[in-house]
Amino acid sequence: MIKILKNLQKKEVLFIIISIIFIVLQVWLDLKIPEYMSNITRLIQMNNANINDILKEGLWMLACSFGSLILAIFVGYFAAYVGTSFEKKLRRNMFEKVESFSMEEIQKFSTSSLITRTTNDITQVKMFLILGIQMFAKAPIMASMAIMKIIGKEWTFSLITIIGVLIILVLSVVLIFVAIPKFKKVQKLTDDINKITRENLTGIRVVRAYNAEDYQLNKFENVNDDLTKTHMFTQKLMAIVSPVMSTIMSGISLAIYWTGAYMINKALLMDKINIFSDMVVFSSYAVQVIISFMLLVAIFIIYPRASVSISRINEVLNTNSKIKDGTISKGNNLKGDVEFINVSFKYPDAEEYVLKDISFKVHTGEVIGVIGSTGSGKSTLVNLIPRFYDATEGKILVDGIDIKDMKLEYLYNKLGYISQKAILFKGSVRDNISLGKINNKKVNKDVINESLNIAQAESFVNKMDKGINSDLSQGGTNVSGGQKQRLSIARAIARNPEIYIFDDSFSALDYKTDYNLRKKLNKYTKNSTKFIVSSRIGTIKDADKILVLDNGILVGIGSHKELLKTCKVYKEIAESQLSKEELENA
Amino acid sequence: MHNRMNIEKTSDFKGYLIKALSLNKKYTHLVIISLVLSMLSSILTIIGPDKLKEITNIITLGLMTKIDINKINKIATVLLIIYILSFIFNYIQGLIMASVTNKFSKDLRSNISNKINKLPLSYFDSTTIGDILSRVTNDVDTLGHNLNQSLVTLISALTTFLGSIVMMFYTNGILAITAILSSIIGFSLMIVIVKKSQKYFTSVQNELGEVNGHIEEVFSGQNIVKVYNATDEMMNKFDKLNDKLFEDSRKSQFYSGLMHPIMGFIGNFGYIAVCIVGALLVIKGNISFGVIVAFMIYVRLFTSPLSQFAQGMSTLQSASAASERVFKFLAEEEMINETDNVKLSKKDVKGNIEFNNVKFGYNKDKIIIKDFNASIKSGQKIAIVGPTGAGKTTIVNLLMKFYNIDSGDIKIDNVSINKITRENIHNLFTMVLQDTWIFNGTIKDNIVYNKKNISDGKIKEVCSLVGLDHYIKTLPNGYDTVLGDNDNLSSGQKQLLTIARAMIDDKPFIILDEATSNIDTRTEKIVISAMNKLTKNKTSFIIAHRLSTIKNADLILVMDKGNIVEQGTHEELINKNGFYAELYNSQFQTSN
Repeated sequence: MIKILKNLQKKEVLFIIISIIFIVLQVWLDLKIPEYMSNITRLIQMNNANINDILKEGLWMLACSFGSLILAIFVGYFAAYVGTSFEKKLRRNMFEKVESFSMEEIQKFSTSSLITRTTNDITQVKMFLILGIQMFAKAPIMASMAIMKIIGKEWTFSLITIIGVLIILVLSVVLIFVAIPKFKKVQKLTDDINKITRENLTGIRVVRAYNAEDYQLNKFENVNDDLTKTHMFTQKLMAIVSPVMSTIMSGISLAIYWTGAYMINKALLMDKINIFSDMVVFSSYAVQVIISFMLLVAIFIIYPRASVSISRINEVLNTNSKIKDGTISKGNNLKGDVEFINVSFKYPDAEEYVLKDISFKVHTGEVIGVIGSTGSGKSTLVNLIPRFYDATEGKILVDGIDIKDMKLEYLYNKLGYISQKAILFKGSVRDNISLGKINNKKVNKDVINESLNIAQAESFVNKMDKGINSDLSQGGTNVSGGQKQRLSIARAIARNPEIYIFDDSFSALDYKTDYNLRKKLNKYTKNSTKFIVSSRIGTIKDADKILVLDNGILVGIGSHKELLKTCKVYKEIAESQLSKEELENA
Repeated sequence: MHNRMNIEKTSDFKGYLIKALSLNKKYTHLVIISLVLSMLSSILTIIGPDKLKEITNIITLGLMTKIDINKINKIATVLLIIYILSFIFNYIQGLIMASVTNKFSKDLRSNISNKINKLPLSYFDSTTIGDILSRVTNDVDTLGHNLNQSLVTLISALTTFLGSIVMMFYTNGILAITAILSSIIGFSLMIVIVKKSQKYFTSVQNELGEVNGHIEEVFSGQNIVKVYNATDEMMNKFDKLNDKLFEDSRKSQFYSGLMHPIMGFIGNFGYIAVCIVGALLVIKGNISFGVIVAFMIYVRLFTSPLSQFAQGMSTLQSASAASERVFKFLAEEEMINETDNVKLSKKDVKGNIEFNNVKFGYNKDKIIIKDFNASIKSGQKIAIVGPTGAGKTTIVNLLMKFYNIDSGDIKIDNVSINKITRENIHNLFTMVLQDTWIFNGTIKDNIVYNKKNISDGKIKEVCSLVGLDHYIKTLPNGYDTVLGDNDNLSSGQKQLLTIARAMIDDKPFIILDEATSNIDTRTEKIVISAMNKLTKNKTSFIIAHRLSTIKNADLILVMDKGNIVEQGTHEELINKNGFYAELYNSQFQTSN
């Protein structure tokens, strides 16, 4: 908690301090009110009061009450400001942090977890902070000031109050220890319910094809039963809270009056009136004390939840990206040379290498096909070039410079990367194509149109409502998979990069579109180096160089023809996809 | 989610509540008992101050002389009993309500889960999974909890409210009017604030949605954002959204924070008014001092239900919004109930299938399958190929009766599928899809799925057939390895697993919809040979992107734009040099 509070700015800290001062004042005013009442009581009982005296006391009471309201409004304003501005800052920090992460950190947390941490968890912390400023400060101040007020008075009354407080404390402790574990279980079971329902929905065709509706329903009902039982248990536990609280509140007044009667009876004449007025006032103070303890307990119940969120946020903020930015931002004459020197890669903590001792060199304008079976490391190989991960051993040179020494922005300016799963953003088609900057500039309109044309996307974009200005929804759900992929290819073309990286980007396209696209692309990008990862042999067989990977080892490098002769793995792949004639024609 | 509920206005506030209440019928008697208990308990609480007044009066009366302790003891004992009874009623009420609420929620969840199985697949095309999930959890919780809770709150608040008015007037008219007037002033202030804050709440919800959407998008597309040097661009957009959210969030937070102090002020204000007016009346000798004491409590009893009303109404509002979402889902049109005129048994089915002039569209105005005709003989291996969007998967959807055809007919062994139940059809077909579906459970569970009496030997047999047995044995828990969040299977292995699942199910027809597209071509060879064992003597349909997979099919149906444009064997079609040949050759054509 303290660590996260360091994110507070000076202005906010000032606001918090002012709030606390105001709260002290407010509580002081609140507690003043019964005092005036006590005066009124005394005036009445003395039998010699005049109306003016009572009105005077009454006006004071009103003034105190109004003053307290004004102060509370200010505190509310400050708390809202501090809470939401803290939330804003924290959310920005999280966003910035995650943006700096490499794949390694993102995979460590998982994207969905990072999203909940940046959204829900931050909201939790904000709510706690706002409540905290208002209550956490108020409850102890009120409790201690109210106790001060009554401490000098009758000890029997104090004892009654203490007993009330004790009952509340004991009850809360018991509830916290019995109920909180159950709350966690409820959370888990709710997750399970979600999981099973999600499972049923994602596999709805399978479920139906197997006539397994009852099987799924059974599974659901089991968890549903469990969830209901646990829920019921906690709610029945909690059901005791409100009756106990209200009984204590009314019970305390009764107890004070009851014992008061005995005490007055025994007291000397002069003390009688004092005890009486104490008694009336005391019951109001006692209620205040009880309320403030209830507030304290409430905070202890909310805190664990906020505390979980806080530690989840801190975990992200304390993680630093392992990818360090380089310094070189000026190049040489080379354009599009890539060299791998004894590159090996394994995931952190993993035992097995994903890539082992890979060395090769490619030159400007070459097309490099990367092929291998699932899990052979093809995607990982090309993902090392944009430094999504850093090689565990060895070096990667782009245009003769070690990519670790390059400024990332400079490296990115050279690259056009198209991921396996097309990623589009909410906004117009144009915004998506002109995403980001290349050499600190945005791409212009002509380039956009041309790249759409090359990527075989022009025809369907023109058919959309507003053409290039049509809006894509979040995740591009309003276009088909193949269309998404074509747009993401167009986005890379628009940058006219030195090096293209197609990470299995053609798989969503049918062969015809795939073929047409590659034909146009080759014409347009003669001077760019192209890495094409694919499991379709047809897509890469015309490449200048084909890298064949098998379990992370580079088992062959060469042209289609050469590899058919020299590389066993390549031959197997080719045989499984091509007919005899085609193999012979090669 | 919960907050959003508070703001969403339902189109038919009462209607959906009544619907929810009528589903509650099973528990009506319990709800009524609980309401009566909470009324009783409220009434008892209201009597309290009156007794306290009596005690005070006895004390003041004997203040200078001697207090009648006996009388006080008597009254105090009565009061104590009242408090204890009130406690008991309250507690029992709470217990009953907890039980009703949970049973009600459970019923709702079961109904939704049941409903999922009864909806036509077309429903899921237009709904997101997240949306249905939030109905099962958030909405049901909100509805179950808020509905019953707000009922109790409203009833007990109403009882307390009316009761304290009655008691106040019974005790003293002037003070009663003082208390009521002073509270009204306070509350009109509050209504103004609530009205004013409403618009900020709505905009906060919208802006929060936008910020969250942006975060989700950027985090999931992190790689792209980086490589395209778009980090600053995304950060700027985030800042813009975040700043806007902050402004409104600050205001809405402030207004909602005002409620509490204002409620406090109203309480104090009433208290002071009662004290002053009361004191004046005491001096004039109109009332006893005990009346003031009683009123000090009445003011509290009178003002707190007013805020409970506000709270109760807003929870009722959110219950109604949740109810709308839940009941709209439950009221969705279900698949038509079928009568099984004809029943085809697994053993007797020969395996002939005929498509006659089949016409179908997911939307009425967009026909996907125009005029599909094909005749398939028992034991044939049929391949369906064609470019994306040609309608290949749609044919399967129709065959499986996932969707109903618009016109034309599909016949299995000369029986129209309209005359056979879906369940019966599903009993005849084994299906493997492109999207592998693995659920949380052990490998064994995933293979056996809902079938009964499958021996371990059989499981091993199919796993060896698809080449998985060895890998599974290397896992620490073998066949009992739990598949879940931490994946130890590659996507290809998952696909092999679903094929194993299909193989255990011995059915006369087999459909493989892009089943091998996640598998690399070398593994595919193993699978295809396993498939060939599986499909031997069975009528099978294979949809494939990779044309290499289907070269040895008995019949290839080439589809384009919802029609069959060519059919024949691979050699026939290649020799024809038409659409298929072009499609086939494009995968080998050189692009330079």
